[in-house]
Amino acid sequence: MKLTLTLSTALVAVAGSVMANDLTVMSWGGAYGKSQIEAYNKPFAEKTGKDIAMVDADNPATPIKAQVEAGNVTIDVADVEYSDAIRLCDEGLLEEIDVSSLPAAPDGTPAEDDFIGGALTDCAVANIVWSTVYAYNTETVEGSPDTMADFFDLEAFPGKRGLRKSAKANLEMALIADGVPAAEVYDMLETDEGVDRAFAKLDTIKDSVVWWEAGAQPPQLLADGEVAMSTAYNGRIFNAAVGEGQPFEIVWDGQIMDFDLFVIPKGAPNKDLALEYISFATDTQRLADQAKWISYGPARVSSGPLVGLYQDGKTEMAPHMPTAEANLENALVNNFEFWADRDTELNERFNAWLAN
Amino acid sequence: MADISSPTGAETLKTADGRPLKAALAIAERTARRRAFLLVFPLLLFILVTFILPIGQMLMRSVSDPRFIEHVDLGTGEVTPIMVGLRGWFDENPPGTEPDEAAYAALAADLAHLREIRAQGNVGTRINYIAPGSRSLFTKSARRAARLEAPYKEALLDLDEDWADPELWQAMRSASTRYTADFYLAAIDRERDSDGAIQRVEDERAIYLLLFERTLILSIVITLATMVLGFPVAFLLATLPLRYSNVLMIFVLLPFWTSLLVRTTSWIVLLQSQGVVNDLAVSIGLLADENRLQMIYNQTGTIIAMTHILLPFMILPLYSVMRPIDGSYVRAARSLGATSWTAFRRIYLPLTIPGIAAGSLLVFILAVGYYITPALVGGSSGQLISNLVAFHMQKSLNWSLAAALAGLLLGGILILYWLYDRLVGIDNLKLG
Repeated sequence: MKLTLTLSTALVAVAGSVMANDLTVMSWGGAYGKSQIEAYNKPFAEKTGKDIAMVDADNPATPIKAQVEAGNVTIDVADVEYSDAIRLCDEGLLEEIDVSSLPAAPDGTPAEDDFIGGALTDCAVANIVWSTVYAYNTETVEGSPDTMADFFDLEAFPGKRGLRKSAKANLEMALIADGVPAAEVYDMLETDEGVDRAFAKLDTIKDSVVWWEAGAQPPQLLADGEVAMSTAYNGRIFNAAVGEGQPFEIVWDGQIMDFDLFVIPKGAPNKDLALEYISFATDTQRLADQAKWISYGPARVSSGPLVGLYQDGKTEMAPHMPTAEANLENALVNNFEFWADRDTELNERFNAWLAN
Repeated sequence: MADISSPTGAETLKTADGRPLKAALAIAERTARRRAFLLVFPLLLFILVTFILPIGQMLMRSVSDPRFIEHVDLGTGEVTPIMVGLRGWFDENPPGTEPDEAAYAALAADLAHLREIRAQGNVGTRINYIAPGSRSLFTKSARRAARLEAPYKEALLDLDEDWADPELWQAMRSASTRYTADFYLAAIDRERDSDGAIQRVEDERAIYLLLFERTLILSIVITLATMVLGFPVAFLLATLPLRYSNVLMIFVLLPFWTSLLVRTTSWIVLLQSQGVVNDLAVSIGLLADENRLQMIYNQTGTIIAMTHILLPFMILPLYSVMRPIDGSYVRAARSLGATSWTAFRRIYLPLTIPGIAAGSLLVFILAVGYYITPALVGGSSGQLISNLVAFHMQKSLNWSLAAALAGLLLGGILILYWLYDRLVGIDNLKLG
């Protein structure tokens, strides 16, 4: 009995100390979360002496509406995808962020001009450019797939495929694999025939797909041999391949680039500190530091030249970035407006397609 | 306490201090009742706040999403009526009326108002549920609405010709009533066409009825599986000597105390195609390497994992009913000439019915609402309706549709419960 009491008191104390953090940041966990802890959180904590709690989610955009509507916001900063940032901002679920409060580049260029086009919106500040690519395990795949069409070619490259369980990215990739040039993909998806065509292409591999939800799953599925190829966030594959020596190879053909942005949910408990955190984390040096831990490109132009080696001290980061010249050949930039509009509809259809 | 044993009067019984016994008794009973009420009051309050109120609120949401009618500022909580002009036009003109210049003028003014209070995103999202793809139509048009000039019809159509779409106008009309059955319609794969008539959605978008049916069938299969697997275990537990059965009981309870996630992930480790079971089968030559069985990320995985996880809910009520059954009944039947099968069927089984009933009801109701296990091991064919509720709660943020789906699920369970009461009788239930 006494033990139970002690234990439960200890638990309450632990819970209490978790609650007592000065700032709570919600991000995607795994290798990406780690890069943010190393590049943003630790130096910020050192500079300000504040405690930062890092919370993981499969998609940090999902809990925001529930928290804001219930008036019980526990996260101060969330790292979300572009279309979600737009949607949440439009629905009034986010605090607006004043662009002029962000630090200028070291050479004096104001933040507004220093960030890549589109990286700043009313409510969100981008920190990285990442992309959805597909990767394969060189030990289980014979030959070397190098186009998006190869991913859908079960005869030339037998084995299971991993895909993210959502319409986004899968539909675009299906169309690219079906021979649609990257530049025409979204125009085609605006039409019913285009959507039908994308689903028809997905149909050809549907029976061989293992669906994943968290970004940490694809490297795991590839390493276990559970799938031969999988779509994935490029940084996760890089870290597994270079950091952990896994035999993974990325295919850049048909990659889909997107921003990840910092947002502040409306009514965040530590709004001022959250703003301070965002300005700090998205300054030139911090964004460049982040790239030392994972192969996501910084959202500031001025950070580019500062990006150097991976934390192992010998791997040059530049060629592994989604924005590297060689990787851009058949790349697609995620159309946030399209997804903010069509996400619900296409995901409903995607769910129906999955269930049938 | 009033003393009943010493009556003082012949006609009316009195207490020792001279009050009529009846009144004193009533007061004593009232005090006792009040005390009892005060004891359960915290629980009552707890249930009211954490259970009845949220469910009521959820059911309310399933028939109402007023984001086209009023805008709530999340910062200040201030409520502003919106789309007033257009809603006025809808009131004056019957469904199916071709929108005229007056309608477009009202729309333009309302859009400009939306822009002022930054409500265009909410309105767009609300209409987007019914007419997909129209969210940006609202955000884009609201941005420019202040600069629009008469004739408004031409100006708006210039901006985007989608404004002429009759389905969009039907969507706005249906969103301008405070209470609507549209979310329930959507939850049974129905929608309204541009004249407001109800029709089935296209086949490639129909999903909910299929999932309701699948949830029902899988739950029945899982209930039967736990019953078949749990009955012998419970029997063994009930008949073994106590020191053995206690050890066995720990085996039943141990998984029960283990985290749900751990148990579900262990099934992934065991059943995946490069997993323990498949590896074993391949290594002893039962399966060829290229014919590994797909036992997870599909319905099979959902059934296996959920059966295991829900098994204790069947075993425990069965055990509690079997334990007190006197072994001499079966022995008496046997001595009177019954075969062991007849003795089991006619004597033992009927005595365990309350346990079977309680276990089945528990397992079935838990299975119908199960969410996390099918999400993890269900793949595409093993998803249940609860996963779609979660999808609308978390991803599409269409809470009204999620509430309508949950409302249907709740109604379905109440009907099944009523049927159960008629068939088995709720008094026969024994939970332990």
